[in-house]
Amino acid sequence: MNGWQTLLYKEIWRFWKVSFQTVAGPVLTALLYLLIFGHALEAHVKVYGTVSYTAFLVPGLAMMSLLQNAFANSSSSLIMSKVMGNLVFLLLTPLSYMNWFVAYVGASVVRGLVVGAGVFAVSAFFTEVSFVAPLWIAAFAVLGAALMGTLGLIAGLWAEKFDQLAAFQNFVIMPMTFLSGVFYSIHSLPAVWQTVSHLNPFFYMIDGFRYGFFGVGDVSPWLSLAVVSGTLLVVSGIAIHLLRSGYKLRT
Amino acid sequence: MPAISFQSVSKAYPSPKGPKGSTFLALDRVSLDIEEGEFFGLLGPNGAGKTTMISILAGLARANGGQVSVLGHDVQRDYAKARRALGVVPQELVFDPFFNVREALRIQSGYFGVKNNEAWIDELLESLGLADKATANMRQLSGGMKRRVLVAQALVHKPAVIVLDEPTAGVDVELRQTLWQFIAKLNKQGHTVLLTTHYLEEAEALCGRIAMLKNGRIVALDHTSELLKAASSNVLRFKLDGVLPKMLADQARVTGRIVQFPAHDALEIERYLSAVREAGLVAQDVEIRKADLEDVFLDVMQQHRSADAEVMA
Repeated sequence: MNGWQTLLYKEIWRFWKVSFQTVAGPVLTALLYLLIFGHALEAHVKVYGTVSYTAFLVPGLAMMSLLQNAFANSSSSLIMSKVMGNLVFLLLTPLSYMNWFVAYVGASVVRGLVVGAGVFAVSAFFTEVSFVAPLWIAAFAVLGAALMGTLGLIAGLWAEKFDQLAAFQNFVIMPMTFLSGVFYSIHSLPAVWQTVSHLNPFFYMIDGFRYGFFGVGDVSPWLSLAVVSGTLLVVSGIAIHLLRSGYKLRT
Repeated sequence: MPAISFQSVSKAYPSPKGPKGSTFLALDRVSLDIEEGEFFGLLGPNGAGKTTMISILAGLARANGGQVSVLGHDVQRDYAKARRALGVVPQELVFDPFFNVREALRIQSGYFGVKNNEAWIDELLESLGLADKATANMRQLSGGMKRRVLVAQALVHKPAVIVLDEPTAGVDVELRQTLWQFIAKLNKQGHTVLLTTHYLEEAEALCGRIAMLKNGRIVALDHTSELLKAASSNVLRFKLDGVLPKMLADQARVTGRIVQFPAHDALEIERYLSAVREAGLVAQDVEIRKADLEDVFLDVMQQHRSADAEVMA
């Protein structure tokens, strides 16, 4: 393995060593959401006319878990290494800023996909899930995880303490994921909130992903693809710039 | 080509105390060449700029002016080659709690693109007394053991230039001996060694050349033997039960009950002893010894304190 491959491998190995916390935990949380909301709303709500609420919920929950865990991977790894001081081992190596970017985001994508797949695996016991357009599913899963891994990288570089990172997670990431249509179709919202939802890039990740399952979405999957890809390009540009300039890494 | 070269290197940091936007100069146009194969000591009091120099060399900090290179590779423009040639043992006792010793060394090898490194990792573990800790998690190791792993991590890619930033701070005698035997062996094999330490007897025993740093400037730079030769004198050393009068204490090095005066000749020795007697004190266990590096160091620092005071005045 060369340098960046080692860093990618190490970042995957790191979360896998504590997979009870990093994989099993989020899968269980998603399962609880599914059981409770599914039980409470299954009899009352049908989405897109024919889709049962539990079946509707599964892709949204899988994507939400995928996104949150992709973010958590890069951000928590960086902040821990910074706080514990062991980031110096990486700073002393000949790895380039692009090596850092690829490895940290790559490991985030892997963790996101593993958790997302885990949520599907356990959901299959409770409801039947269709896969109308698997390519859309794969595209949004990978792009969404990459976007969140990159945001996690930026947050991990910026934060100097755990509570700063927690603030980013609780006040930015959580509201944006919960308000993105995980638990509802935005067509059920008043017009004003539909408009607001359209400004949230997370909405497009979830909607495009869900399109892959039902062949129906709130907006066209192509629009979602364009928004998610564009956002990924912008945040990648920011992350690469921060890494190249040594932001909060090299004095 | 020097192994390490600093050319007129300056570094300013934001001042934590002064008004906003003010800076303090951690390094002030430092120039220094260390040749291949040297065992070089960098000495200075806390805050003199030693760690700043090493940070710039290792790419952890960026100089505001001047140039730094490792085996001819500029540490900024040609950082990948410079860092491949460099193995740095950081001062802080840091570790990655997710991995055991062997895993940490394999990962560090991988960062440098070194493949099939198991034989060298085994040799490092053996030489540093870590063989029976190879599968122990980093969290389970004592401070001394963690320090050994830091040394192994710095050497895992067989760097031509080894930098040790206070590697023996707070570690036991056994580790110091193991470490110095191993580092001396690597130095004999041609590795260049740059060492910072507060243990001056270690620097005296190991380093061929020494630079002394104060307030971001080099205030002495010579072969260790020359520095010792140039030391003003012998040292008068005795134990005292009482407190030395201030006038005498200003000229002495006092460590607990032990008092030491630099003394050029018998007359001076007599003068000190009679001054002690006149103060109503009794000197015990009196001896006269050759000046060591610590005396030279204190002498140099004292001279520069006086010089700085004159400039301020």
